Amino acid sequence: MSISRRRLLGAGTGAALTGALTAACGSNTGRDDGGSGPRIEQWYHQYGESGTEQAVRRYAGAYKQADVSIQWRPGNYDQQTAAALLTDSGPDVFEVNGPSLDQIQAEQVVDLTDLLSGVKDDFNPAALAPKIHDGRIWAVPQVVDTQLLYYRKSLLDDAGVEPPKSLDELVDAARKLTTGKVKGLFLGNDGGPGVLEATPLYAAGLSPVTEEGKVGFDDPAAARTLGKLRRLHQDKSLLLGAPSDWSDPSALLQGLTAMQWSGLWALPRIAKELGDDFGVLPFPKDGAGAPAVPVGAYGAAVSARSKHQREAKAYVKWLWVDRTDYQEDFALSYGFHIPARLSLAKKAATLRKGPAAEVVGFTTDHGFAQPLLWTTAARTAYRDALSRIVKDGANPESELRAVVRKTESELRRVRKKH
Amino acid sequence: MAPVVRKLLGPQNRNLWFWVFVGPFAIGLTLFTYVPLCWSVYLSFFDAHNTVSPTDFVGLDNYTAMLGDDAFTDSLVTFGLFTAFIVPATFVLSLSLALMVNRLRWAQAFFRSVFFLPVACSYVVAALIWKMSLFSGVRFGLVNTVLGWFGVDQIAWLSTTDPPWYWLVIVTVRLWLQTGFYMVLFLAGLQRIPPLLYEAAAVDGARPGWQTFRYVTFPQLRATSVAVVLLLVINAFQAFDEFYNLLSDARGYPPYARPPLVYLYYTALGQEQNLGLGSAGAVILALIIALVTVAQARFFRLGRKED
Repeated sequence: MSISRRRLLGAGTGAALTGALTAACGSNTGRDDGGSGPRIEQWYHQYGESGTEQAVRRYAGAYKQADVSIQWRPGNYDQQTAAALLTDSGPDVFEVNGPSLDQIQAEQVVDLTDLLSGVKDDFNPAALAPKIHDGRIWAVPQVVDTQLLYYRKSLLDDAGVEPPKSLDELVDAARKLTTGKVKGLFLGNDGGPGVLEATPLYAAGLSPVTEEGKVGFDDPAAARTLGKLRRLHQDKSLLLGAPSDWSDPSALLQGLTAMQWSGLWALPRIAKELGDDFGVLPFPKDGAGAPAVPVGAYGAAVSARSKHQREAKAYVKWLWVDRTDYQEDFALSYGFHIPARLSLAKKAATLRKGPAAEVVGFTTDHGFAQPLLWTTAARTAYRDALSRIVKDGANPESELRAVVRKTESELRRVRKKH
Repeated sequence: MAPVVRKLLGPQNRNLWFWVFVGPFAIGLTLFTYVPLCWSVYLSFFDAHNTVSPTDFVGLDNYTAMLGDDAFTDSLVTFGLFTAFIVPATFVLSLSLALMVNRLRWAQAFFRSVFFLPVACSYVVAALIWKMSLFSGVRFGLVNTVLGWFGVDQIAWLSTTDPPWYWLVIVTVRLWLQTGFYMVLFLAGLQRIPPLLYEAAAVDGARPGWQTFRYVTFPQLRATSVAVVLLLVINAFQAFDEFYNLLSDARGYPPYARPPLVYLYYTALGQEQNLGLGSAGAVILALIIALVTVAQARFFRLGRKED
């Protein structure tokens, strides 16, 4: 039988279709080969510092009990993992800026309590606290990060301003430091609500959710403190619309602002470019409160959908509990983080002098971690309210009342799931 | 060939060829549009936190929660207003451009292309240019530089809510991006109007300019105008790209100028992962768009025979 053009075209279409479908369902690429035993997939978000990726690949390569492949994921990491955890093709081991209470309650992550038996007290308590729910540990903290206020000493001296010790002083300082060319303070391009979040509440001696699981800011002091942030806006002392956001120290380095809220990770670059001309501060206290800095930790978690849970847990224990040499290397050799292990943090020479030592002091004395019970929905409501208070001059009392209601309903919801 | 197979294939294998050509589209449409659509409706009746196979049936709770959620209803109102502004604005602007380009005796093709060119630009890229260089909030942003020559202080265009300057940024980027496309639609409509009508109108004493436009050109553009309005309204409700890229940051999205789709995106797919609530919102939004479209079709008497 001769093949007509039509028949050929038909067969071609079929083949092309099959090809497209196979390609669409194709397996993952970017795996590292080597090692033996079952294959474990480990996900990291993309760290900005060079060398980190090579380092984690080196650690994984050194593990002999399983064949660990690393996925280094740029982009919206939290959303990527959240989506991947819904499917069977997600990671076995992944780092997570959480896990969130909903992830724990939906049984997406595995209980890791026994991995830390005996060494639990060596982990930074503020970093470990949000990984614990119902007395069980759901992730092993990798490194501790924090945020703080950086300021240019020379600019403060020129304006005759002392480093602010209270929120009122901060507001005044920002106003005095604002000139035609330079703004006084940079709290992110949204004017603060995104990055500050609960920090002002802690500085006022409050918290979003108390340890007893109650709303912690149903208090006139909360409205008073948040109302003061509004003054920063009214005085036009905030830098807004900068080319890069708060997490990047460029605004401070380029002289767009005299003070900037940013992360610990920015410290090496600031020190390199400004030398001695900078200082560090926690978020200043207000009223009866105390200074505050947020403490957060990426943790290593094991997916409940993993087909090799036992092996994955063994690997997490090996890397993030047993191999303290790798943990030290990861925290200090590339970026600038505080090791999650207290014993390592004490040893680290780079953290024992100058501003870095001050910052480590802030985290031990004034560090707080976002409570696990403060769910995303409640936080979104709070951030929206804070934005309206700061930018639109909305009434802090009535805005906060609505957030208290939302937080209470969220607390009821998560408690129901017990 | 067995008669059953022959019958299935149809005369001249027509059935086979029908499925060869239609099949891939039908499969894609079913797999990537209708299945997720139905799944989303299914999810909207469950408490689906961090799961797509929920077990906790909650009835209409997600719907009442969503309709009682001020943030969601505010975003719907905002977008009603946004639509009410952007649709007439784009309509008038693109029609005026079309009328002007249509009258050109020379370089018509050049101007047609120049005005059409922005359509080829991606919303994301345009939004980033508007955000980073034109309307950057610092003193060296383009607009702030120009204003600086006249002694005006730098303005943080996207962060200022009083007055709401961010609308200026959002509206200009959208007009720049889409006006050219509708201009081309109007141009096509204009070129189909028979010159005979203008001659007849002139003979009957219609003055060139407004009178001719009002009684000849505009009525003749009716079909084009209806299509343009329908497309514009749907486009306005689908607003996501430029808003998300202009206003969101690593920590989320501010509570102003938040389109319903952006809000639902954060609810269902962000850290919150409340897929049930997000789906309920999506169903509500879909119903609203359907209602508006049907109402418009009625209003414009779409699909009816011309008298």
